[in-house]
Amino acid sequence: MADPKVLTHLQRLEAEAIHIMREVVAEADNPVMLYSVGKDSAVMLHLARKAFYPSPPPFPLLHVDTTWKFQAMYELRDRMARESGMELLVYQNPEAEARGINPFDHGALHTDMWKTEGLKQALDKYGFDAAFGGARRDEEKSRAKERIFSFRTASHGWDPKNQRPELWNLYNARKNKGESIRVFPISNWTELDIWQYIHLNDVPIVPLYFAEERPTYEWEGQLFMADDIPRLERVLGRKPEIVNRSIRFRTLGCFPLTGAVESTAKTLPEVIQETLLTTTSERQGRVIDKDAGGAGMEVKKQQGYF
Amino acid sequence: MTDQTDVIYKTDDLIAQDIDAYLEQHQHKTMLRFITCGSVDDGKSTLIGRLLYDSKMIFEDQLAALESDSKKVGTQGAEIDFALLVDGLAAEREQGITIDVAYRFFGTEKRKFIVADTPGHEQYTRNMVTGASTADLAVILIDARKGVLTQTRRHSYLAHLIGIRHIVLAVNKMDLVGYDQATYDAIVADYAAFARSIGIERFVPMPISGFKGDNITGLSANTPWYTGPSLIQHLETVEVDTTTDQAKPFRMPVQWVNRPNLDFRGFSGLIASGTVRPGDTVRVLPSGKTSTVSRVVTLDGDLDEAVAGQSVTICLADEIDCSRGDVLATADAPPQAADQFESTLVWMADEALLPGRAYWLKLGTQTVSATVQEPKYTVNVNTMEHLACKTLDLNAIGVAEITTDRAIVFEPYAEGRTLGGFILIDKITNATVAAGMLHFSLRRAQNVHWQAMDVSRAAHAALKNQQPAVLWFTGLSGSGKSTIANLVEKKLHALGKHTFVLDGDNVRHGLNKDLGFTEADRIENIRRVGEVAKLMTDAGLIVLTAFISPFRAEREMVRELLADGEFLEVFIDTPLELAEARDVKGLYKKARSGQLKNFTGIDSPYEAPESPEIRVDTTKESPEDAAERIVDHLLGWAPTI
Repeated sequence: MADPKVLTHLQRLEAEAIHIMREVVAEADNPVMLYSVGKDSAVMLHLARKAFYPSPPPFPLLHVDTTWKFQAMYELRDRMARESGMELLVYQNPEAEARGINPFDHGALHTDMWKTEGLKQALDKYGFDAAFGGARRDEEKSRAKERIFSFRTASHGWDPKNQRPELWNLYNARKNKGESIRVFPISNWTELDIWQYIHLNDVPIVPLYFAEERPTYEWEGQLFMADDIPRLERVLGRKPEIVNRSIRFRTLGCFPLTGAVESTAKTLPEVIQETLLTTTSERQGRVIDKDAGGAGMEVKKQQGYF
Repeated sequence: MTDQTDVIYKTDDLIAQDIDAYLEQHQHKTMLRFITCGSVDDGKSTLIGRLLYDSKMIFEDQLAALESDSKKVGTQGAEIDFALLVDGLAAEREQGITIDVAYRFFGTEKRKFIVADTPGHEQYTRNMVTGASTADLAVILIDARKGVLTQTRRHSYLAHLIGIRHIVLAVNKMDLVGYDQATYDAIVADYAAFARSIGIERFVPMPISGFKGDNITGLSANTPWYTGPSLIQHLETVEVDTTTDQAKPFRMPVQWVNRPNLDFRGFSGLIASGTVRPGDTVRVLPSGKTSTVSRVVTLDGDLDEAVAGQSVTICLADEIDCSRGDVLATADAPPQAADQFESTLVWMADEALLPGRAYWLKLGTQTVSATVQEPKYTVNVNTMEHLACKTLDLNAIGVAEITTDRAIVFEPYAEGRTLGGFILIDKITNATVAAGMLHFSLRRAQNVHWQAMDVSRAAHAALKNQQPAVLWFTGLSGSGKSTIANLVEKKLHALGKHTFVLDGDNVRHGLNKDLGFTEADRIENIRRVGEVAKLMTDAGLIVLTAFISPFRAEREMVRELLADGEFLEVFIDTPLELAEARDVKGLYKKARSGQLKNFTGIDSPYEAPESPEIRVDTTKESPEDAAERIVDHLLGWAPTI
């Protein structure tokens, strides 16, 4: 017997994620991958391509769009769909569109209508019974307790007290008509694992993660990128004061809701370096976790948010 | 005190000065999964909070929130309450307890760690077994002031049961006993005696304080008499299971057949044990056919060798049958297949085990229908006593025989978790109701073979010039099942069809006279009737059965016994009020007065069919009309309603 080949933690996390994806494809009727174009989605998509190679991943990508994403995100999204050979489905909640819901005038309603409601509508419209999501357990406290196969009622509700026990790597994907599961293949990855994996595998990510001179404005004490100046002017009713700064993003969402950080990190090792030396948590800039005191995400999830 | 902290964790300098060197180091880290178990106040959450805190997995904003929360709801006065870091769900924060399995992450220079935080409450055996199932190591926490408790024994038993090879006995809160060596030694001796008695051969004891940080990262000056490793040092050097598994024979359950085009056919799976290389001879189980590995395919290129713990796609040199549920194994030491086993079950659902009921059993990538016999015994997890039992309730652990409807490829759990561990799934609710571990197959399963008959099933049916079928009448007592079944049989008989009626009351006079009316007996009643009906269809008969058969799961079990399309569920739908008003046999009256127990509709449920082939509403249709319609449906003369 030769010396054992010791697998690194990234090799084991990769093998686990691939195993999970194959189980879903083998057992679900109509799976889909939720694709938000962020770095976690990028890794998840890459893992899917590995899991089924040489076949293309046998499910579509679903982007629940708010129409307020960065232009660079739309570009990468379309490119990755082409390169992976997967069908891309883009869903925009027609009611949010009709009512002109936007992050400036509507605050939390913006996330609720475009993302939470939009996601539910999209899943119902296509009848998906299993949806891959890129959530990680290290992101937030209630995520730490969620299963990898997370069961949802017909109305997309999550009951944290009634989760199926998950033993070994045996996943129970059985469900009744109308019910569905959310599947989190990268549950056990940390933010550093994600960055390291992108680095080692040259996973394409949105250039906004890297520092560059970009037009910025300040709003409610935070720094934002002026991604679509005419639209900003329309919604704000005035021209914001635009200053060019070297910035990058630690997390990507809707451009008026995603705070930028001033940075000079232009390469992946520099980004990782900055991430490791930083002293605030990744989701800190996001509004969604802070509603309803400490239980923000848990309440949102019970209502059907991813 | 924790003078080695900096050596182990302090990588900030390297990050700042040479990020590439840091990344190189991180890239070669291995991963260890472990669980922490202890009683409610043993300081489990505090210990995990401490590990996260020391490894700088806590950011400033989280720390600020932690400090303010510690003052508001903390239990440590003005000091930081590390437990608040890991108490996740809102309900828990209010109750001050951990109610489910939570997974936490931290790392040192050498390893990444995933911690399953499992609760110490009696009612949550289920959660601990869940957390332990993926762990390489268990940290059993003991409060130094209290010593070995009932819960310590339970956690150790469960960790051992689930096959964890590395056990750490962390005697916590040493600061509260003045770091007294005699106290520590007495607890370790006490635990050693217990551990031996349940078969734990080795464990590593250490005196710690999660709250103060003693012997967590480095060795503490407060315990100069302790010469073993610190907790982190030990966690960093223990051998992980995937490495151990490489020395075992090759096994890979096939998850998915990868077939992008006619030129490529690969078998995708996660290697459970051993290693595989192109050129290796492998056997496909259960068929037993052999072939040679031609390629080990990944997106990053073909591999010369793949090992336990890797997800790969394997191509074979020959076109042989192989699909999901099959197992690829080394040709000269393949696992066996069997359909009867002795196994340990950990029951995880509120609804107790029903011996005889069919559940889905998932093992590796195989899913089959399985029934559990009445358990041989249940284990009292506090005293390890074996007790007689009829069933298993939530959190009960027992040993029972299991029969599957077809042979499955397996290994004893002690030899491999992947082919020895299984879950049971309720067929109606789809809930995961039990975790199980196979011990060995039962001999009779291997020795009873099907006797092949020369006059086939088809020949029997052809001679009678009919399609065999089972008309399964179900409904409340007094709904009219027997009446309508009788009319249907008369009509079929007049048409020259060969029929037979199995009636509930009649069967209970003979074949099933040993059975009562408990849930378990009712299930066995239906199982036997189903098997008899199946034999009769093999003989070419049209069988009519008239049984209340109140449970959906058992009706589905009979449906699965029979060939596709041969089971016709006939729901005689009579409202309870009407059936009770008729009360032909006077049974409802007896049930209402308490003379008759477990009577369907009164104190035992009736689960109506969701989509029966035929439904008869007796408030709208006469027995004669219903019988006519059923005959038409059976013989394919008219569309059904």
